Amino acid sequence: MENIKPVLEMIDIKKDYYGNQVLKGVSLKVFPGEIHALVGENGAGKSTLMNILFGMPVISRTGSYHGTIKIDGQEMKIETPADALKAGIGMVHQEFMLIPGFTIEENIKLNREPLKDNVFSKIFGKSLKSLDYDKITQDTQAALDQLGMDMDPKRPVEGLPVGYMQFVEIAREIDKTGVKLLVFDEPTAVLTESEAERLLLTMKALSRKGIAILFITHRLEEVMASSRHITVIRDGQFVKYMPTSDTNVVEIAQLMVGREVEVIERHKKNLSEDTIMEIKDLHVDMPGEAVKGVDLNIKKGEILGIGGLAGQGKIGIANGIMGLYHSSGKVTFEQREIKLNNPKDAIAAQIGFVSEDRRGVGLLLDESIALNMVVPSIQNQKRFVKKLGPISLIDQKAVTENAERYIKDLDIRCTGPSQNVRRLSGGNQQKVCIAKALTGRPKIIFVSEPTRGIDIGAKRLVLDTLVKLNEEYGLTVVITSSELAELRSVCDRIAIVTEGKVAGILPAGESDAKFGLLMSGITETDSMEA
Amino acid sequence: MMKENKIDIKKIIIANIVPIVFLGISAVGVAYSGVNGAIIMSDVISRFARNGFFVLSLLFPVLAGMGLNFGIVVGAMAAQIGILIISIFDITGIAGILVAMAITLPFAILFGWLSALVSNSTKGQEMLSSMFVGYFAHGIYRFVFLFMLGGIIKIDAPEIMIPGTNVGVRNTIDLTGVKYSLDNLLKVDMFTFCFMLAGVAAVCAVYIYIKRKTVSKAAVAALVVCAALGVAGNILPALVMYKRVVKIPVVTYALIGLLCLFINFFFKTKLGQDMRAVGQNMEIAEVSGINVNKTRTIAQVLSVVLAGWGQIIFLQNLGNLSTYSAHQNVGMFASAALLIGGASVKKATVAQALLGTFLFHLLFNVSPMAGKNIFGSAVIGEYFRVFIAYGIIALAIALHAWKQAMGKKNS
Amino acid sequence: MEKVKEKISELGTSRLIVILFLIVLLIIATLQGQNMATVSSDIINRFGMNLFFSLAMVPAIISGTGLNFGITIGILAGILGGLISIEMGLTGLFGVFAACLMAVPFALVVGFFYGKLLNAVKGNEMVVGTYVGYSIVSLMCIGWLILPFKSENMIWSIGGEGLRTTITLDGYYDRALSDLASFEVLGVTITTGILVVCAIACFLMFVFTKTRLGISMKSAGSNPIYAQAVGINVDRMRIIGTMISMVLGAVGIIMYAQAYGFYQLYNAPLTMSTAPVAAVLLGGASTKKIKIGHVILGTFLFQAIITVSVPVAAILAPDGGLSDVVRTIVSNGIILYALAQARGNK
Repeated sequence: MENIKPVLEMIDIKKDYYGNQVLKGVSLKVFPGEIHALVGENGAGKSTLMNILFGMPVISRTGSYHGTIKIDGQEMKIETPADALKAGIGMVHQEFMLIPGFTIEENIKLNREPLKDNVFSKIFGKSLKSLDYDKITQDTQAALDQLGMDMDPKRPVEGLPVGYMQFVEIAREIDKTGVKLLVFDEPTAVLTESEAERLLLTMKALSRKGIAILFITHRLEEVMASSRHITVIRDGQFVKYMPTSDTNVVEIAQLMVGREVEVIERHKKNLSEDTIMEIKDLHVDMPGEAVKGVDLNIKKGEILGIGGLAGQGKIGIANGIMGLYHSSGKVTFEQREIKLNNPKDAIAAQIGFVSEDRRGVGLLLDESIALNMVVPSIQNQKRFVKKLGPISLIDQKAVTENAERYIKDLDIRCTGPSQNVRRLSGGNQQKVCIAKALTGRPKIIFVSEPTRGIDIGAKRLVLDTLVKLNEEYGLTVVITSSELAELRSVCDRIAIVTEGKVAGILPAGESDAKFGLLMSGITETDSMEA
Repeated sequence: MMKENKIDIKKIIIANIVPIVFLGISAVGVAYSGVNGAIIMSDVISRFARNGFFVLSLLFPVLAGMGLNFGIVVGAMAAQIGILIISIFDITGIAGILVAMAITLPFAILFGWLSALVSNSTKGQEMLSSMFVGYFAHGIYRFVFLFMLGGIIKIDAPEIMIPGTNVGVRNTIDLTGVKYSLDNLLKVDMFTFCFMLAGVAAVCAVYIYIKRKTVSKAAVAALVVCAALGVAGNILPALVMYKRVVKIPVVTYALIGLLCLFINFFFKTKLGQDMRAVGQNMEIAEVSGINVNKTRTIAQVLSVVLAGWGQIIFLQNLGNLSTYSAHQNVGMFASAALLIGGASVKKATVAQALLGTFLFHLLFNVSPMAGKNIFGSAVIGEYFRVFIAYGIIALAIALHAWKQAMGKKNS
Repeated sequence: MEKVKEKISELGTSRLIVILFLIVLLIIATLQGQNMATVSSDIINRFGMNLFFSLAMVPAIISGTGLNFGITIGILAGILGGLISIEMGLTGLFGVFAACLMAVPFALVVGFFYGKLLNAVKGNEMVVGTYVGYSIVSLMCIGWLILPFKSENMIWSIGGEGLRTTITLDGYYDRALSDLASFEVLGVTITTGILVVCAIACFLMFVFTKTRLGISMKSAGSNPIYAQAVGINVDRMRIIGTMISMVLGAVGIIMYAQAYGFYQLYNAPLTMSTAPVAAVLLGGASTKKIKIGHVILGTFLFQAIITVSVPVAAILAPDGGLSDVVRTIVSNGIILYALAQARGNK
């Protein structure tokens, strides 16, 4: 086996974005006709690695990469998507690159249509050549046959089930001549269980035909079921390359998340037994982060972490409670049931929320820091306004005072309360969001992805702020984050959400393996059997 | 089996609800206008001939995803430059038409390219911007023709200049020299035209048989229907009036027919396919390596050039040029016609363009008289047809926008 | 000095170019020996006449529906109110205010339904608004024919059906507000009455943006998702914004008519949205952001350029009709520029 030349070899790949090192030397080896799994947590560097492999413009625009890429043992520099195509690398995208109004065959042959001459093309050039529909249908049929799909090539893509669309994508890639390596980026994320099984079978069939497959996924059981080798990366670093047969789900999960946690000894306080919020059977229809029946009790005065892999639904919980996405179930806060799908009611109950989408949901980018902090209070609590007969005018003085207070308390670096938030750095914008939530005098605060897109120094400051609020004012804090290490450094308890449900709640000090297990979506009993 | 048929009919009606409704309105209009069918038909046939190109020219931008190109008025302006030049040099007859078309071409390409620059920098708002391109160009056009010509640019052409001052082009220019020179090349009554069509159908049927060894049912059916109509018109006394009044400008219709064939051919070429892909989804087209901006530019240039030639056909039929208003409503009326044919802002076919042109102009012809007979006021009928034109555009754009907003909400 | 620099940079380069252009025009006009007093009077008069239309853009833009190309519908409501006031034979200042008062309910009703429509077509408000505006104008053409007005000054005396195309305010409230307390300084006429009303309107609009409702509206317009998350009913804010805009449009046409001396019916309102849209864009507004300052500066610049450029351009061609051409080119050019710009900012 090892005598065979790998079809793709990436050696010691390094990449930084403006000084921020996202890949710190990753290596990868894929042999012909094998399925190779690339696993790693969100932000581990998988997508950057793939962007490099495909010569995406974002890489060349930010100063290219370091390291060596070998195709069939031949060293080459991939600088454009066309280079990747020439090298025989195809990609099945996570979001389908299909035109709904076109037929299957038109999609498969998009911009690669076989052409034939006509009178006009001889005069006006090749752009007026006719499409060779017979050949298009033939080729499409051949590609579909290879996948074992029984579909009419002339059928429009619009209205096809999602699973079929995926197969059209695959058919397009294998129709490209000379494809040696196919990359599947989270292909099963959008599929039903039976569709996913079918896809895995197809991937195996393709690999038997000699096409190498690089399989990127979060679903570890799929890795176990299909791949021959596994590469684990974490934090932009190469962790391990191993044959699938030598490992198990628990070990992989451990390798994925097991980073050294900066241990901050602060889990000494006695947790109150009072429940401040009770969530029962919460369903939230948030695209990409659907919640499918969460039960969770939040205790008064605690810092609760909500963790889990991307797309499993952890983000949906706070968004659902705040009424931003359609939801159902029962949420009781301080013995009062919160009306779902009604942002006003949640705000009226003094539930604070810092959205994961700072710029999209959290801020009015072209308004001042001061105004950003008070809009929800003006709207819902009629604070910061003066009554002037029937008119409520904004109380500029109170607004400015409020802003000055939080600028000082949270150490927001700005030129003053009247500065527009657009020009603030990510960390300072996040602090304005927190100040906005605090201005509403919350009894509980949900903070989603508090450190996303913030530089390292600011990360610590934001987290410390949250801890301080909890310790000094007894504020109940719920932090949702993809970074487990971050949660473990500040939370009392951490709930792991997997497939839209709470897989389990662990104290922050629990071992990596236990967290990894919950994240992998395998129940205790399953792993016993395994 | 029966049930399936029913569903199909329902589907067909729903899919074509717009033209069906307008067919109904037009039928009411025809009935109440009290005008002889032959006279209405004769007028609609000449209106169809002079407007067909405009409506067909809109297909390119629609299919390229730019919506209704209200900016085809710049093509009409290019044509009017050509028409002015042949008036100055007094080139008449079919030669005049051809020269005018040749002169129009470079101007239309230039104007089309310029308006494509605007469209490409206002993606998503092309309809709005193309409208303002039209208004803006109208301002420039008036400035050039009314003040620059004769003012800064001295020209010696008293026959087209405002008498006395010699500054500015006249409001109305007589085009007797080229009037009907295309239409009158060959003019036959409608039933003779039917025989001609039957002949074309026969040739097609034979050609298809030789090439594919199959009998084309469509061609044979067309042959039979046309021949039957032709025979009926020559023997049925009820149709005598039609035979006498309804004359068909064969060459103009042949040009429209050729344009239809060309469009159908074009959208089966590489460039046409690229254009459709861009129209469906710019991002995916871009990722697939199609040059989006270039493709959109070509669509717009084609549209403007065809509209320019359309304006020449229009003017030779009209016989005079209203220098400062002839182009103004070209984009609006053509868009309305296309939509009445059942097209949407994103989807249109040659058949919809033809049907829409026919229905729109039928409605245009009958509404004043029908208005007079129904409401006692011809003016109401006239305003009504303008309302219909604006209203259908507003409705189509609003529907399109509504679907888009819904789509965004759901995703 | 720093303050001055800051103010200038706030003004923006394009604004500076426009102002410089205006100054050049003024210099040429002076050198030409134009009567600058007449030109200035004209600018001031037109400023007062048109300000309300520009002001109507404010609630539309801050509530997030963009430039209100459908303002023509509000204008129609205003004309309707005006015609009723004439039918009732109201005169003088009272006539003007009564006309406004009667126009407001119509404007509120059309504003409500138009706002509903705009909520259904989010993202394409401007092009939909334009064509809905056009269709309503053409529909009202039929309305002007059949509405049962009886006043002799409005219907054709002999022949012709329906209302006249222009209805004179002579004998009703021709210049009732514009000439109120107007005076002359160095030959320049200051139309005090209308200017005071404009100032009050601008001030009220400024206060509005500082109220609770105004702030909610601004939030809804600048970031609808944010607004929804903090419990603001975005659709309702957009409807209210549209209604206020329509009311201002309706009042605007009455202000315009009393200064101009006529109501113009039928196709005249068709393109009336272009000038105010162009004016606020010229003043520094965008499809997303507008301040009262933009309205005032823009209306002034726009009217000034139109007024001054005509005699200047007349060197090129000593003929009438030029003002209309200049207006067409300037206003549509500005709108095109702004549309292209809007995308560049995204």
